[in-house]
Amino acid sequence: MNPVLLILGIPLTATVILAAVPNRTIAARLNALASLATFITALSLFVARPAPTLFLFIDDFNVYLVVLTSFVAFTTSWFSASYIEHEVEIGRLTPISLRFYHAMYQIMTFSMLLALVANNIGLMWVAIEAATLTTVVMVSLYRTQESIEAAWKYFILASVGIAMALFGTILIYLAAQPVLTGGVEAMAWIALKARAAEFDAGILNLAFVFLLIGYGTKVGLVPLHAWLPDAHAEGPTPISAVLSGLLLNVGLYAVLRFKMILAGNAHVIDPGALLLTMGTTSLLFAGLMLYRRRDIKRLFAYSSIEHMGIIAFSFGIGGPLANFAGLLHMALHSLTKSAIFFAVGHIAQVKGTQKLPEIRGLTTSHPAIGWGLVLGVIAIAGLPPMGLFMSEFLVVTSAMARQPWLAVPMVIGLAIAFGALAMRLQQVAFGEPRGSSAPVSASLVPMYLHLALVFVAGFWLPGPLVTWFQNVAHLLGK
Amino acid sequence: MRTGFEFDIAHTISTSVLLLSFALLYQRRMVGVLHAFTVQALLVGAAAAWQAYIQDAPHLYITALIAWVFKATIIPLALHSIIRRLGIHRTVEPVVGINLTLLAGVALVILSILLVFPVAHASTALTRENLALALSIVLLGLLMMITRRNAVSQVIGFMSLENGLVLAAVGVKGMPLVVEMSVAFSVLVAFIVFGMFLFRIRERFDTLDLQYLETFRGDHQGERR
Repeated sequence: MNPVLLILGIPLTATVILAAVPNRTIAARLNALASLATFITALSLFVARPAPTLFLFIDDFNVYLVVLTSFVAFTTSWFSASYIEHEVEIGRLTPISLRFYHAMYQIMTFSMLLALVANNIGLMWVAIEAATLTTVVMVSLYRTQESIEAAWKYFILASVGIAMALFGTILIYLAAQPVLTGGVEAMAWIALKARAAEFDAGILNLAFVFLLIGYGTKVGLVPLHAWLPDAHAEGPTPISAVLSGLLLNVGLYAVLRFKMILAGNAHVIDPGALLLTMGTTSLLFAGLMLYRRRDIKRLFAYSSIEHMGIIAFSFGIGGPLANFAGLLHMALHSLTKSAIFFAVGHIAQVKGTQKLPEIRGLTTSHPAIGWGLVLGVIAIAGLPPMGLFMSEFLVVTSAMARQPWLAVPMVIGLAIAFGALAMRLQQVAFGEPRGSSAPVSASLVPMYLHLALVFVAGFWLPGPLVTWFQNVAHLLGK
Repeated sequence: MRTGFEFDIAHTISTSVLLLSFALLYQRRMVGVLHAFTVQALLVGAAAAWQAYIQDAPHLYITALIAWVFKATIIPLALHSIIRRLGIHRTVEPVVGINLTLLAGVALVILSILLVFPVAHASTALTRENLALALSIVLLGLLMMITRRNAVSQVIGFMSLENGLVLAAVGVKGMPLVVEMSVAFSVLVAFIVFGMFLFRIRERFDTLDLQYLETFRGDHQGERR
């Protein structure tokens, strides 16, 4: 049996089961178990890679995102079990909305995985649309005025993005149709990539602009980012972790796939320049916005925009080294940011607030979580010895090598963001504790597991991983 | 093969859809907007059915059916009841003056023609003109979303944008998955309408609406109080 079908089938089956399970403890465990099963099946892709079919395929690029997505989905479901327990105790969630939550969690996993393994630009579009819908529903889960407003805003902006992406998708088909003689084949990634040189360059240019605006909304690139901070702040924290850690990556994956098609055609505009501009703007804008945040989840949401900017920048620079750095940064950012959201979730629950001024002295009141957050912020700010230091270092050096003056705004942006994060970290983690000091009864394994991986990546990457990142970096082209 | 007659019919329908996009922009009452949208959805269904006939692609009849049943019947009925419940049937609450919006609309149509014609010179004339019309409808839908304050007309703007996409998709010869995509889009629209119904959303929320900034931006509250 094709393991890809299993990877998609497990979350889909789990959705049906979880919708029917009334007991919340069992449901939370089943949710984690299903996610673990998906992750283990995804790991099998390293050993044996199935042959591409008409609609599904696995190649060097998406295999690592499939494994990363299923891994973070699994650890988040683990974190979510203890998080949700607390939310029910304080009465923020009812048993019915919890059942809904677990079922939606699995559909979300399913649609993100489907977007990654789809060998068809139309199918990928449908999957990303489904992922958008499920996350919108999740953001509005608390039914507060703020969460509904945030969900509505996310919904409208993402819908417009999705619509633009569909127009781009139609244009790609229009470009491919004369060469590939129409049919499903003319929407398959493999065929599109192989024959890209013969497509009409003008149509490809137009298509890429629409696709970049459309899927760029999902990535949260400035100026298309307006939904992102609100959606992160008002929804349940496990969803913030998944949004930042996974959904933004899926959006970027879509953009990069289309960039690969353009890379195969000699007469098109350079998509890198567009990515560079949006990346640099996102980095500088989000870096400055970090200073004025009063809400801890908004703070890290802006930090996600900043990091998506860095990643877009490095793919925009192009070339094997910068692409390598971008891929590495994508993986490490999603591990680190979800770890930070795990910590933030527990902190917000025990303190009863998300407001930064009311959270103080965490390393004294809650050493385990507090130091976890410190480590996470050290990593996200790009300090050694954590892995993100290495990837940011690679981004800067590759920029230096190819277009030295572009490294200047990059370094300035990194410094601005570092200053903001250091300032906030100092206030939140150290000093006199403020607010409740009640102990947290939650599993800290997911958070420390992610941080350990990021730490190890700081000085050692397994050989096969490096070779395989290099292959993908070549696939991505100039 | 396509004859001149088939070409003309397809062309006429697409152009009428574009005209209705303008009609959407100059309506001053919500009920008028809704009627204009209903007619537009009927025409998009007709365009899909005509393409199904001339391309000999029976699956496009399903797209036509979705347009007629879902977009031209169910959605307008639901929106009528929302408008009644929220008591907003009188005004469309434009952000910018209607004349200015129409001028901007004309500029957008010119822009899309200038954009598409030189690019798509390789494709057939029908596809090319269809694409330019579809892009105009998409841009006019966006314009409507930007220039209206009330959520119902914003949603109608979104749906007319989607009508443009359906027009583009059915006009490109032999495009697969059109039906699947229009189903996916209908689900999206159904969610939007359902959400408005459930949460009684009257106004759009975004950073342009200054009166909302105070309550909306959780992180500014600390400084203002």
